[in-house]
Amino acid sequence: MLTRYARRRLVNYFNLTASAVVTAIGLILLAAILWMLISRGIGALSPKLFTEMTPPPGSDGGLLNAIVGSLLLTGFGTLIGAPIGILAGTYLAEYGFAGPFAATIRFINDILLSAPSILIGLFVYETIVVRQGHFSGWAGAIALAVIAIPVIVRTTEDMLRLVPVSLREAAIALGTPRWKVVVFISYRAAGAGMMTGVLLSFARISGETAPLLFTALNNQFWSSNLNAPIANLPVVIFQYAMSPYDSWQQLAWAGAFLITASILLLSIAARTLIRTRKQT
Amino acid sequence: MQTANSPMDATGATEPAAARATPFRQVVREANPTVAANVSSAKIKVQNLSFYYGKSQALKSVTIDILERRVTALIGPSGCGKSTLLRVLNRIYEIYPNQRATGQVLLDGEDILAPNQDLNLLRARVGMVFQKPTPFPMSIYDNIAFGIRLYERPSKAEMDARVEAALTKAALWGEVKDKLSASGLGLSGGQQQRLSIARAIALNPEVLLLDEPASALDPLSTQRIEELIDELRAAYTICIVTHNMQQAARISDFTALMYLGELVEFGETEKIFTDPEKKQTEDYVTGRFG
Repeated sequence: MLTRYARRRLVNYFNLTASAVVTAIGLILLAAILWMLISRGIGALSPKLFTEMTPPPGSDGGLLNAIVGSLLLTGFGTLIGAPIGILAGTYLAEYGFAGPFAATIRFINDILLSAPSILIGLFVYETIVVRQGHFSGWAGAIALAVIAIPVIVRTTEDMLRLVPVSLREAAIALGTPRWKVVVFISYRAAGAGMMTGVLLSFARISGETAPLLFTALNNQFWSSNLNAPIANLPVVIFQYAMSPYDSWQQLAWAGAFLITASILLLSIAARTLIRTRKQT
Repeated sequence: MQTANSPMDATGATEPAAARATPFRQVVREANPTVAANVSSAKIKVQNLSFYYGKSQALKSVTIDILERRVTALIGPSGCGKSTLLRVLNRIYEIYPNQRATGQVLLDGEDILAPNQDLNLLRARVGMVFQKPTPFPMSIYDNIAFGIRLYERPSKAEMDARVEAALTKAALWGEVKDKLSASGLGLSGGQQQRLSIARAIALNPEVLLLDEPASALDPLSTQRIEELIDELRAAYTICIVTHNMQQAARISDFTALMYLGELVEFGETEKIFTDPEKKQTEDYVTGRFG
């Protein structure tokens, strides 16, 4: 007969094993995806990617227009989304507290955070593309901004809430006006974390495809005009990967590898930022 | 009274400033024998002050005078309302909705609870230092300059002088003068607390509120803070909340005992500790309750 202690050990052993196995399955899947991406992507890398435009079917080419387009869309998406997200997050953490208005915003923001991105693409399609009468880079940037905003709102609020109440009180006790407390004390104390949130939202939207299908669409040629359809990596990957042409499929792998590598670099940059700021 | 000295004797050996001949401050009172009677020198007159956190009442009609250029200690068990009383004196509680005060708090005769009171100007006159050291995430120099810049734009040379003066008054200058541009977060706890005090006195406030300023510090740092308070008493009206009765006995001229939101007894520190009027006070200062 099992003693109580022996049974406890057995249960512990079982649970530990089960969680280890489940973790391993998750990691193996992740590693498999990365492995496939790296093995196929690295082979497809070539200097041409950065010098030539997306080719017509069957011929050689690169991804220059899509890379530049993606940078423009993601960059402007972040530029539009970050101020709105930071200001809203600031309101929630510094002014709204637990009031009903702030609670409502927080609830809606949580819904937005998990809203399917295709829905956001449709929303911008209806509100901007249909009215303008044509697809455009701006519509794409706005759709990406709408996806970035809830991420930034959440990280900004979380980071500001980590600033000790005593620090705010100390500043207020000096007679510091509220806005100066926010800008010079809270933002300074939470700056690295907030910056990380913006970087992560940048990474998040850099791979979004669905909203761009309805907004920026694609463009086979060089264009930096955000008032017209513009090429971008996610949509190029989507189209090329499903095509029967081998050269296009190769380019899709290369594009996917580029996006993943840049997200990795961004995440490392974000973590380094947090670490160095913590030491000062 | 039989045993008033016993708690001090029992723990006195480990207390830094206990080496003094008498645990009570005699000097000030001897030089100003009329202080206790001289109510007109009250810097702050608290009258019928009640305070509410939402619906729960934390202060019940408290009336007390904080005398000018004296150290007044607020003692009492946790939750008795002593910190709450302190937080009314610069209206810092205002930043939280649901907290409100009724009654009168006269600073130099003017009611600071009046709705038209400018809170920032009030806080410039009534400085506050908290239990946990609160260096701002900026350089040591800017920690001091930040507060000054809120009210004035002195020249670089003048600002340097103001920063040095504040740090000197807070007995920190010698330790930081070579690293003024280093982050304030890199200082030790005791240094951070003196930085917080320097920051408060850089604004030349009239009143200093200290909310358990030494309770998070080691004995040596505590001693330095106590010595600092001793030096500051000449220029400032100081009100200190402390859990440490020996500390109250060592550094204060007047002591107020609070319990359950009410003022139990208020008087000269020596009298409170050696010959209190009320049995409750005697029980508390001798460690029999609380």
